[in-house]
Amino acid sequence: MAVSTKNGQKVWQRRDRNSQLKIWAMWLIGTAIFMWSWTQISAATTWSFFWDAPRIAADIGGRAVPPRWAYIEKLWEPLWDTLNIATLGTILALIMAVPVAFLAARNTTPSALFVRPIALFIIVSTRSINSLIWALLLVKILGPGIFAGLVAIAIRSIGFCAKLLYEAIEEIDEKQVEAVRATGARPWQVMVYGIVPQIMPAFAGIAVFRWDINLRESTVLGLVGAGGIGLQLQGSLNTLAWPQVSLILIVILVAVLVSEWVSAKVRGAII
Amino acid sequence: MSVALDARLGQPWKKPPFVKSPALRWTLIIGSILYLILALNSIEVNWARVYRGLDRGWQFFVAFTNPDFTSRANDIRLGLTESAVMTLASTVVGIGVSIPIGLGAARNISVLPVYLTCRAIIAVSRALNEIVVAILLVAIFGFGPMAGFLTLSFATIGFLSKLLAEEIEDMDKVQAEAVRATGGTWLQRYVFGIHPQVVPRLIGLSMYRLDINFRESAVLGIVGAGGIGATLNTAFDRYEFDTAAAILLVIIGAVMVLEYLSGIIRAKVQ
Repeated sequence: MAVSTKNGQKVWQRRDRNSQLKIWAMWLIGTAIFMWSWTQISAATTWSFFWDAPRIAADIGGRAVPPRWAYIEKLWEPLWDTLNIATLGTILALIMAVPVAFLAARNTTPSALFVRPIALFIIVSTRSINSLIWALLLVKILGPGIFAGLVAIAIRSIGFCAKLLYEAIEEIDEKQVEAVRATGARPWQVMVYGIVPQIMPAFAGIAVFRWDINLRESTVLGLVGAGGIGLQLQGSLNTLAWPQVSLILIVILVAVLVSEWVSAKVRGAII
Repeated sequence: MSVALDARLGQPWKKPPFVKSPALRWTLIIGSILYLILALNSIEVNWARVYRGLDRGWQFFVAFTNPDFTSRANDIRLGLTESAVMTLASTVVGIGVSIPIGLGAARNISVLPVYLTCRAIIAVSRALNEIVVAILLVAIFGFGPMAGFLTLSFATIGFLSKLLAEEIEDMDKVQAEAVRATGGTWLQRYVFGIHPQVVPRLIGLSMYRLDINFRESAVLGIVGAGGIGATLNTAFDRYEFDTAAAILLVIIGAVMVLEYLSGIIRAKVQ
């Protein structure tokens, strides 16, 4: 590629031979892994279904159009529930995430040796499990309904909010904290007057950002019985009522676009 | 001493409010209180059911201290392999598809019709939730990892193309211009002028997406699209909390390892 020969001699080469060979080897291994993955997927696929897919898709598409617009009357309440799950879930998550974030930030944690790892573990474990799994579990524990969805969203969001918040806390300007402390302020006062004003914009940004994500996620929580518009989606899918499914998908799409617009506006106003 | 200072002397200091305009501030405060009252009233919590469920919750919590990896070891292994396979394949295919789309969606190197088409693809992919896409694809392609693979590839496109396009839009124009001045074709301009500038970020984003795809692959099984989610769902349905706890621990462990590895790789290329 990047080599030219002049009188039988190489003039320029981007890499020496060893590093070039290393890169080739990495590509070889990567391709092998990908091909192996592909054979696994291929082995688990019924190919006759796969080749039949365009016909099925056209069939479903044909049934789903036009959407059953009259069904929208039954969707307002689930939509309101979905909004509540997302909003109240975010509020609940923030209430729990703030203390965790302060415990996890290196400059505010009471003990870097004992408390910080616990806070970090809370962050990692809540973040790595998807809200749908939390909902699956909480439906079993709290019973089906909005409450399970709300708690699922809240738990899932703790890690996300706390992580971003503690990074913001670690990046604050220590001079302001020092100045407040120099006036003889107690630790609580240092926090309220020295740290909180500095992280407030980040906090508001994180809250709105997470609310946007939560609204997306709460639209599907109903699939496992945790309330919201997903419940209607599940019902319509189970009865193969495709015109209703397409209407619900349109409603979800609009809700997501509106939430994205709101979150972009608010974040634009803050930053 | 100035008059303004005189007037303020002796007055206690107040923290400046976060939202400066008082009208907006009070609208926000009253609006949120109203909303909270409405929302909290519309939520029905069956406290008796919650109370009965607490016992089950406690069982689950206990199960976490004593997870059962052995009795369903085979199912867990199969589910985890399937998740890993779906993750890898879909990330590779997703990257492959999103590079051309990302190029098309960068305003500074593509023509308007291509730009609009690519942006539309990205918008659709980002707006649709993975689970919703998975449901539709399961209906079309049947149960199994194929549906999950296609879902994750589709979701990867929206994420990666958008960020790649933004990276290309932010790049240093001079280098691409220089290649062009030597008489390079469009492809040469990309390979020598643009690609080297965006490749570190592209690798970093791909690693990040690999991480996300694995997390997502863990839930796609709930709607029948293959992976460890199916195993987990079955465990929950049979109230085998110890197995479920084991699966969750495996997922958390895998995510942590993946996050750590992707962190190392990202730090290395950037």
